[in-house]
Amino acid sequence: MPARHLTLRILSRLGTSLVVAWASVTAAFVALHALPGRIEDILAGDVDFPGLREAIAAEWGLDRSLPAQYADFLLRLAHGDFGTSYVLRRPVIEVVGSQLRPTVELAFAAGLLAVLLAGGLALATAGRGRLAHGLASSLELVAASTPVFWLGILLLMAFSFSLRWFPVAGAKSWNALVLPAIALALPTAGLLAQVLREAMEKTLDQPFVTTVRARGVGETAIRIRHVLRHALLPAVTLGGWLIGGLLGGAVITEKVFGRPGLGTVTLGAVLTHDVPVVLAVVLLAALIHVAASTLLDILYLLIDPRLRTT
Amino acid sequence: MTDRHEPLVDIRGLSVAFPAQGDEPVVQGADLTIHPGECVALVGESGSGKSVTARSLLGLTGDGARIEAAQFRIRGRDARTFREADWRRLRGNLTGLVMQDALVSLDPLRTIGQEVGEVLTEHRLVSGGAALTERVHATLAKVGMPRPAERARQFAHQLSGGLRQRALIAAAIAAEPDLIIADEPTTALDPGIQDQVLAVLADRVREGAGLLLISHDLALVARIAHRVIVMRAGRIVDAGSTQEVLEQPRHPYTRQLLAAIPSAASRGSRLASARISAGQGSSTIEREPSPPRAAVEPRPVLEVSDIAKHYAHRAAAGQTGTFTALEGVSFTVRAGEVLGIIGASGSGKSTCAKIVLGLLEPDAGEVRLLGELWTRIPEPRRRPLRRRLQYIPQDPLSSFDPRYRVADIIAENLPDTGARGRRARVLALLNQVGLSGGVIDRHPRALSGGQRQRVAIARALAAEPALIVCDEPVSALDIGIQAQILDLLADLQGRLSTAMLFISHDWGVVQHLADRVLVFQDGRIVDQGSVADVFGSAIVNTVPGRLSAA
Repeated sequence: MPARHLTLRILSRLGTSLVVAWASVTAAFVALHALPGRIEDILAGDVDFPGLREAIAAEWGLDRSLPAQYADFLLRLAHGDFGTSYVLRRPVIEVVGSQLRPTVELAFAAGLLAVLLAGGLALATAGRGRLAHGLASSLELVAASTPVFWLGILLLMAFSFSLRWFPVAGAKSWNALVLPAIALALPTAGLLAQVLREAMEKTLDQPFVTTVRARGVGETAIRIRHVLRHALLPAVTLGGWLIGGLLGGAVITEKVFGRPGLGTVTLGAVLTHDVPVVLAVVLLAALIHVAASTLLDILYLLIDPRLRTT
Repeated sequence: MTDRHEPLVDIRGLSVAFPAQGDEPVVQGADLTIHPGECVALVGESGSGKSVTARSLLGLTGDGARIEAAQFRIRGRDARTFREADWRRLRGNLTGLVMQDALVSLDPLRTIGQEVGEVLTEHRLVSGGAALTERVHATLAKVGMPRPAERARQFAHQLSGGLRQRALIAAAIAAEPDLIIADEPTTALDPGIQDQVLAVLADRVREGAGLLLISHDLALVARIAHRVIVMRAGRIVDAGSTQEVLEQPRHPYTRQLLAAIPSAASRGSRLASARISAGQGSSTIEREPSPPRAAVEPRPVLEVSDIAKHYAHRAAAGQTGTFTALEGVSFTVRAGEVLGIIGASGSGKSTCAKIVLGLLEPDAGEVRLLGELWTRIPEPRRRPLRRRLQYIPQDPLSSFDPRYRVADIIAENLPDTGARGRRARVLALLNQVGLSGGVIDRHPRALSGGQRQRVAIARALAAEPALIVCDEPVSALDIGIQAQILDLLADLQGRLSTAMLFISHDWGVVQHLADRVLVFQDGRIVDQGSVADVFGSAIVNTVPGRLSAA
């Protein structure tokens, strides 16, 4: 029965995700067409002669009404055709696909690092006396409130320019990933540690912890085996937000560290009104968001058996 | 194993203090000896230091506790020299702890099997997964758990209260400790289930384990304990064999506790001021009569006719079924009458109360309040009558807005008057429920349990209700406080002639207070009538021994 229940839940999540994807694409479409400036001008670039704009409009389908363009756009999306970039004149799939890897690498590395740092800090300091509490909460506050770009610049100055341990820019080797990942991970880790530690301290006050202690289980084992799992629930609630934060932060981090990636592509596309690219990025972000929240939803069920029965 | 004659625990002059929370020790000069095969009961009100004393046997008194003792021997070893590692070897392995309410005392995210097995893996008592599973199932079978293999895969919230508590005991005794500490192990369980759980513990004692039973329920400990220790305000005030302490009580405090237990014999008299006077061989309880009550009028305040409530639920096999919470329930509460509702948890008492309070619509039948239709009407039509129906909950604290002061809590229920008139009215109400005006600007969390319940009563009275629904109003209170609140309710009821619907799982309380009783079982009324009719002429006095009412 739990398996059937789970399948049903995932199916309904996927249904919702379609709606979310549609809504976000539509919002992006409307927003981009509401922006000042005409798309024909962008496509024309520096070239100008009479009839050019009309020809471009006819070629790109811009002479039709907005609803017709919208319907055509949705139809093409449904067939997996994201169109061609106005500016780069290359298929959007190719443009976004080539830049996806470095960004995902960065976000994933930073996410993993943030989870490890936050988990380690919470395990080491939750319910271990006033000194540990004070130390941990100041660390978390500093980390959570440090801007990514500033941290990135500091790291670059110390470890790239002065010590020359890591490359200044690029994404060619693994060690180019170290500093950006740290810069991106620390603020997230700070926030996550705050939530985890507070939840762990609350859990440590629960009567069952006394029962576990009375079995002769040591303090660290209690935290790993019992308390951490309880503390994961509020952390998972934060998870969707954190994934969004990591992707958003990745854009800034890429800029600071001169890394290729979606950040550069998105920024360029927005500034040049490159509608197909922006729409593809929006769709990708919506997809990631939906996938993440579906995953987190299932994670809830795995963590807390009490949620499975209702 | 230890020698049969050597005590498991031998403590002299134990003092426990928490310097961070004030200098006054919470336990002072306590002596405690427990032998193998012996059940020692530690009784007293909450805050008397009984739990702290028990936890000190496990080295679990908490951070910052300062423990001093002239002698502190556990199985012949001086526990004063124990370090954390010594305590950990002892916990679970040699000493098991059973706490109250398994729903929160077992890790809710882990299966029963994992919880029971943890002590075994932690102390490396079994090797291999198969051996562990076998041992877990055997332990569950030992505490009387039906279908242990199936239960081991379930979680605490999937078991009934009684089975859950058995699982908690199983987790404590899996390593076969020779000392079991049971801290209120049956509180919050229904009487029948209490007996079963107690029997499981008594079995361990018969097999040679020592049992330290902590309870505030004197009748309960009388059934199983060999010796009783009575604590009050951190000190042991009375100790001896169960017979000496409970059947021929010598100490005034023990006598006061025993005399305050409500029962059929205490009907119509005050509990808090009752005293036991010891004669030769037998003791009698002397009680003051309560103020006289007005006669019950024939005019009905509440008419419940044939109400039913069903819930759809997913059965274990995967198909959905309906669960009957309430079926064919009819009764009437007349003006000035106290109607008791008694039943085990899950018997439909609370569902019935919710329907009466207009918080839940019945699937069938109707309720009339003061002659007017009360069910299946839109809330705006109900609102004018709501004032006439008030509610006193079991846990008043959670029913108060935590940001409200006592004055706001009570004033919210007052009819509209000026600000000055309100304050005077609140003061009068506080006075009526025996609280001084000094509490008026306090927050409820700064009040004691008894004071909070008094505030809840004052809040109910503020609306000048025709009917008060009391849902287990004294279940969470210590016996002394319970006596005071029951006296207060009886006094107020006598003076104001307010009708009451009094819900409880404690037969003694209902016998003490109610005029008529409804007995609920599986959502139906299985018995009703006057207290004497329902409980029969051979009323079992809940006071142990040969006490008789004067």
